[in-house]
Amino acid sequence: MPSPRIVIKDHTAESNLFARRAVIGLLVVCVMIAMVITNLYYLQVERFEDYQTRSNGNRIKVLPVAPNRGLIYDRNGVLLAENRPVFSLQVIPEETQNLEETLSKLQTLMNIDDEDIEDFQRDRKRIRRFKPVTLLNRLNQEQVAIFSANQHQFPGVAIEARLGRYYPFKGALTHVIGYVAKIDKKDLQKLTEAGFEANYAATYDIGKRGIEKYHEEILHGKVGYQEVEVNNQGRIIRTLNFSPPEPGQDIVLNIDVELQLEAERLFAGERGTVVAMDPNDGGILALYSSPSYDPNLFVHGISSKNYKKLLTSSRPLFNRATQGQYPPASTVKPHLALVGLEQGVITPQSRLFDNGKYRLKNVSRIWRDHNPWGHGWVDVTKSIEVSCDIFFYDMAFKLGIDRMSDGMYEFGFGDYTGIDLHEEADGFMPSRGAVRARFNRAWYHGDTINLGIGQSYWTATPVQLGQSIVTLLNKGRRIIPQILRGQKEGERTVLEPVKERPPIQIQDEYNWDVVLDAMYGVVNREHGTGRKAFVGAPYTAAGKTGTAQLVTIAQDEEYDASKLSKENHDNAMYVGYAPYDKPQITVTVVFENAGGGGSNAAPIARKIMDNYLKNQHFPEHQVIEALPPKGTLPSSVTESP
Amino acid sequence: MLRTKLLPNERSFLSKIHCDGPLLLGLLVLMAVGLLTIYSAGGQDIQLIQRQLVRLGVAMGVMLVIAQVPINTYQKLSIYFYIVGIGMLVAVLLVGVSSKGAQRWLDLGVVRFQPSEIMKLAVPMMVAWYISRFNLPPKLKHIAVGFILVVMPTLLIAKQPDLGTSLLIASSGIFALFLAGMSWGLISFIAIAASAFTPIMWIFLMKEYQKQRVLTFLNPESDPLGSGYHIIQSKIAIGSGGLQGKGWLQGTQSQLEFLPERHTDFIFAVFSEEFGLWGVIGLLAIYAFIVFRGMLISIRAQDAFSKILGGSITLTFFVYVFVNMGMVSGILPVVGVPLPLVSYGGTSMVTLLGGFGMLMAIATQKRIMSRE
Repeated sequence: MPSPRIVIKDHTAESNLFARRAVIGLLVVCVMIAMVITNLYYLQVERFEDYQTRSNGNRIKVLPVAPNRGLIYDRNGVLLAENRPVFSLQVIPEETQNLEETLSKLQTLMNIDDEDIEDFQRDRKRIRRFKPVTLLNRLNQEQVAIFSANQHQFPGVAIEARLGRYYPFKGALTHVIGYVAKIDKKDLQKLTEAGFEANYAATYDIGKRGIEKYHEEILHGKVGYQEVEVNNQGRIIRTLNFSPPEPGQDIVLNIDVELQLEAERLFAGERGTVVAMDPNDGGILALYSSPSYDPNLFVHGISSKNYKKLLTSSRPLFNRATQGQYPPASTVKPHLALVGLEQGVITPQSRLFDNGKYRLKNVSRIWRDHNPWGHGWVDVTKSIEVSCDIFFYDMAFKLGIDRMSDGMYEFGFGDYTGIDLHEEADGFMPSRGAVRARFNRAWYHGDTINLGIGQSYWTATPVQLGQSIVTLLNKGRRIIPQILRGQKEGERTVLEPVKERPPIQIQDEYNWDVVLDAMYGVVNREHGTGRKAFVGAPYTAAGKTGTAQLVTIAQDEEYDASKLSKENHDNAMYVGYAPYDKPQITVTVVFENAGGGGSNAAPIARKIMDNYLKNQHFPEHQVIEALPPKGTLPSSVTESP
Repeated sequence: MLRTKLLPNERSFLSKIHCDGPLLLGLLVLMAVGLLTIYSAGGQDIQLIQRQLVRLGVAMGVMLVIAQVPINTYQKLSIYFYIVGIGMLVAVLLVGVSSKGAQRWLDLGVVRFQPSEIMKLAVPMMVAWYISRFNLPPKLKHIAVGFILVVMPTLLIAKQPDLGTSLLIASSGIFALFLAGMSWGLISFIAIAASAFTPIMWIFLMKEYQKQRVLTFLNPESDPLGSGYHIIQSKIAIGSGGLQGKGWLQGTQSQLEFLPERHTDFIFAVFSEEFGLWGVIGLLAIYAFIVFRGMLISIRAQDAFSKILGGSITLTFFVYVFVNMGMVSGILPVVGVPLPLVSYGGTSMVTLLGGFGMLMAIATQKRIMSRE
């Protein structure tokens, strides 16, 4: 190429210049390489552990695994609460091709309500796109089959199975076992406060009532963990590590399901309750409150329609056995008699003529016996047997309110029994202070007299009554009623220890014999108010009837059921135990608005006892007409060495 | 030049096809490393490897063809090359095809073509041709002209916008001027001027997304789920690789897809995660070997044009490496520069190997018009 200028080049100088520059360039390259390596050394060696942790944090997720809830058995090994697979239809919105189309196709295929679709749309907005959202709960077998056959059409939709609680005996045990249901905000808050929220990370249900609630900690178990590797979508690639959850303890209740079912039959359509206890260990053999309801309705969330059905005047949600506060009426005459005897206000021989009326000097008011003609000459034994009111009016007046309420506190009235249920009321045992505090009213002599027949403000729960009978027949031993019998370990049941309060101080054991003998008389002697109910029973029973008056009858009027509305009819009550010489069961019955206790409540107690003792044989026995005098009984010999 | 013939057959074959043996070896090793890493990063997709192999084959073919052409042909063609290139860059801005917010392509009917790739070679050629016409070291006015030759395409490409390529092109021209013997005083002056230019570039030239990248680079943790995500995940991948690495195909960051752009721009993070610091040092050694070999060829070249062109190509190649490793390991902002010959991708590979083709031409051809 012709150039106008001829450039004379010094090639050696140029080569040297270039070589120098090239070497400088290479030096700079070396420095830059050193920079890269230094930086990488910093990242890969100095901060290796930090980045390794973050890398693992990216890929490793720890998923909680819910433990299986402990099963619940009755004392004979009958399963009362079990875990069954529950199928639900889950949708992962992100994985569906067209969510709206998928939903409408599913709706026709599976027959889904619009309401469910609305709920789903609401839930969906609160959950991240790649997490499953429940579309349909509790699929039946048919729905599962239909979906399984069509699953290929629905990417991102799957059936999820988990274990849910099922109560095979439905309403028969609701007030004992209660139920579990979905953990709600309040539960979560409580769990967090107690520091248990990690243990419930994967748990769906929690005990809401009854044993399920009270023994939640035993039944729940310990959460397990699954360590999984996930990709950037959060999808699980593989499981790295699995520490299985510790299942909840299987537990055994003192309950005998046969008795529950018997009670359910006996109370069908009626309002009332029965509590049966084992007097030897305080175990609750039966606890039934009528009407009841099916707890399974609550497990998966009760519909408002069904819930409204439970809000009737007969109050099925209410546990009459532990929350029902009834005037104990004549059922507490044995306890009162014992206090009278121990306090020396009466003796076993004290007698009184009952002409049907009781009066105080200078007081115009008349207290009447339930028998308008009276019972004639009565001592304490006969007064219990025939349920004479006049004798107890007189004794109560002599005892006075303070000694009476102190004595009854000792039997547990006015206080929680400590049964393993949160649904418990404490009843009300009147005293001067308690009545003033609650009713802002002074205590009068007339109140004291009425208290002598278990009326005037006095209320007790059936389980309190049951407990008091156990204390009475155990001569002051105060056992706390308990539903939980023990925990299963393999085939064995490790029994719970019997819980007791310090016993009642005994003045004279003979006094207890007198009272128990009188209860024997109620059932076995000719004039006993409970005799008819127990005719022909193979065992010997003892007990006390009660008829609780719910409205005040005017001075000059007679109680006439036909003039009163059903809710104001007397409550029929019965407390009792069997067999008399070696008690195995105590039964407390309250039959609301049924009338007299002897004819309405005692037969129910009889049926429960019959059922419980059905497989045992008892020797023929002759009715003992009277308790031998003090000093002739073997038990009272030990009293004075 | 006197050479000992240790391997007579091989040497004769390689010199017959105008190949520099050591350089070819370095490139092949690098490509092999690249294929292994792509296989791992791409989720063991054999089709990906096949496509990359085809590209490598085409690029190698281009390299060999270029190596056959006498070097003074390139010298003569430089100016036309450059003018056509500038023309096409202007055309891109006027009638170019846009994609992903950048207007970088010319649609030639049959193929889409990226003129900035041509400039990667045309700029150092042009500067080398222009500056070698005069006595070295160059005078100030020649340097000034040289700068204009560099700045024009740089600005045109930055306008597309393609910050990565414009930086590479600017550095290739500047390297040429530097190697030609530009005085140190001028170099210092330019360094100062460049730092003054930065705010101007920030305000007038950089697009919002580019500014965002730089901001994110300065503090990636400020936006861990947004634009900082790439850098954070990349650093986690590198850092968790440690000294030994997690092993080939064992990198959790890449295999579980936490790492973005795994087989393209961020492949270095995959490599670092799976092969550790020792692997990285090995990889850098291969790059260093190629750079040293390239510089050696340039020093040995017989004329100024060849020296300056060869040196510029070699140093620019290293800038690729440095910018990519720097951005992936978080010491430079993310500008889409692939790791040369390792990253998956076509266009830049052809240009790169085209450059090496020229280096081979320089290494193996006697000048037809020798001035010696």
